[in-house]
Amino acid sequence: MEIYIISMCVVAGIYAVMALGLNVMWGMAGLVNLGLVGSAAAGAYTSAILTKTFAIPIPLGIMAGAIVAAAVGAVLSLVTRRLKEHYLAIVTLGFAETIRIVASNEIWLTNGTDGISGIAGPFRADLTPFQYNLVYLGIVLLVLLGLYVCCQRISYSPLGRVLRAVRDDDMVVSVAGKNAQSFKLKAFSIGSGIIGLAGGLYAHYTSFISPDLFVPLLTLYVKLSLLVGGVGNNRGAVVGAALIILILEGSRFVVPFIPYISPAQGAAIRELFLSATLLIVLRFRVTGLIPEPHDHPVIPRPGTATAGTSIKAF
Amino acid sequence: MLEISGVTRNFGGVHALSGVDLTVAKGGIVGMIGPNGAGKTTLFNCISGVLPVSSGEIRFQGTRIDGMRPDEISGRGLVRSFQIARGFPRLTVFESLMLYGTDQPGEGLIQSLMRGKASIDREKQLIDKALGIAERLRLSHVLDNKASDLSGGQKKLLEIGRAMMRDPAMLLLDEPMAGVNPSLVREIGERLVTIASEGVTIVLIEHQMDLISRLCDHVIVMADGKKMIEGTFDFVAGNKDVQNAYMGSRK
Repeated sequence: MEIYIISMCVVAGIYAVMALGLNVMWGMAGLVNLGLVGSAAAGAYTSAILTKTFAIPIPLGIMAGAIVAAAVGAVLSLVTRRLKEHYLAIVTLGFAETIRIVASNEIWLTNGTDGISGIAGPFRADLTPFQYNLVYLGIVLLVLLGLYVCCQRISYSPLGRVLRAVRDDDMVVSVAGKNAQSFKLKAFSIGSGIIGLAGGLYAHYTSFISPDLFVPLLTLYVKLSLLVGGVGNNRGAVVGAALIILILEGSRFVVPFIPYISPAQGAAIRELFLSATLLIVLRFRVTGLIPEPHDHPVIPRPGTATAGTSIKAF
Repeated sequence: MLEISGVTRNFGGVHALSGVDLTVAKGGIVGMIGPNGAGKTTLFNCISGVLPVSSGEIRFQGTRIDGMRPDEISGRGLVRSFQIARGFPRLTVFESLMLYGTDQPGEGLIQSLMRGKASIDREKQLIDKALGIAERLRLSHVLDNKASDLSGGQKKLLEIGRAMMRDPAMLLLDEPMAGVNPSLVREIGERLVTIASEGVTIVLIEHQMDLISRLCDHVIVMADGKKMIEGTFDFVAGNKDVQNAYMGSRK
């Protein structure tokens, strides 16, 4: 039971990392990306193949995975440069499916639908399962903390300001002398890179990946996390991810107490809990549990003692 | 300073611009008038790179700018405002001004992650500049409001302020005073005269003739996607064709 709880915390941490990545793209720059799972798969497969075939150290493998995912994200951004909103959403959804189908069919590289097993985990051989889970939780939390700090810095930087401006009106951004396209590309590759890193973390944790892990539902869970937590808020991304995993996994223990339902119906009811959460949040707190801050000062402004906190939305 | 020759722009079969030739010399405020649909805003869109030209040539300070991206044109000191105030509803007024700042290295990923000294120093300079501009345009008290909360007139002021952040050599203002109350109109007018006296060339689209006569040294009249006539306000206003096309013929 302890192992189960720790392992759920690890999963929540990995979701939180992905939600942070999504926040850079969607929360800050307003770019709808339904292809998150494609970036995660790119990161996971890259790291798994590199560490297995070339026996490179795990951290390097995960970094390589993040870089590949960022590069793939950059290409995706270039391909979709004329698209916005729904059109962008559909193409990115197709991108993720493409990655999954490539992973299923390029057997020489990915071992096809059988997946890759026996992916190395840090100190796995020397530790009991309990210790291993605990160590991995520590690693994930450290990575999450580091990325959270990075994302906060991006948020409160001139770069973050341009990204939020792109979200509102990219035409005016270009009249302001910034190449809006290159900022979209930055947002896409930073976000995809972070999500690729999360994919790598997942692969080395479970030691097994296969194409059917990377289904669109995963993208929706991450998106839901950010939506519930607060689009545009890094803290919201982390809290939202934790909450979604809590509901998703916690409902497992509630279902047996619901009378007159079959196990299959029970499994369906867990999705119902998620939808209900989404509806409740959207009805009563449309900006999420922790809404985006009113403004993002890079440095305090002279003349305002409490710059940036003078008017708080909530 | 700005030379436009033979510029056309078609939307499907409609010729929004059918061969515009005009030159704007350095200095002063140039008025651009003409009936609705004359092509004034389309011309601004073509000059600022928002719309590609169908044919013709646009030169700014001797360099050909048609075909350049809007950000490249803006980077050369040719900055425009929008007729229907456009901007960043979810940024504060202050952030909107700061966004227009030039040469901010903090817009790079590494600088933003490291909070590099170069970007912080530049930010300080830009803050001083933004506060100065806000003061001049009477926006100081709304700096922390979201841009979407501003009144129509304040949005117009913000458009001018944003453009000023770029130290433009030339400003293209598309009806900066439409929908603004009369006392503010007078104020904006005075600001424009000050800005122009500091060496910024302003091209102003405007429908209020008294403003044009008061502010502009030189007036260009557009009609049917072409330049009709240009000259001093009195010269232009005395022209029969202009009176028929625009000001309504007097009987």
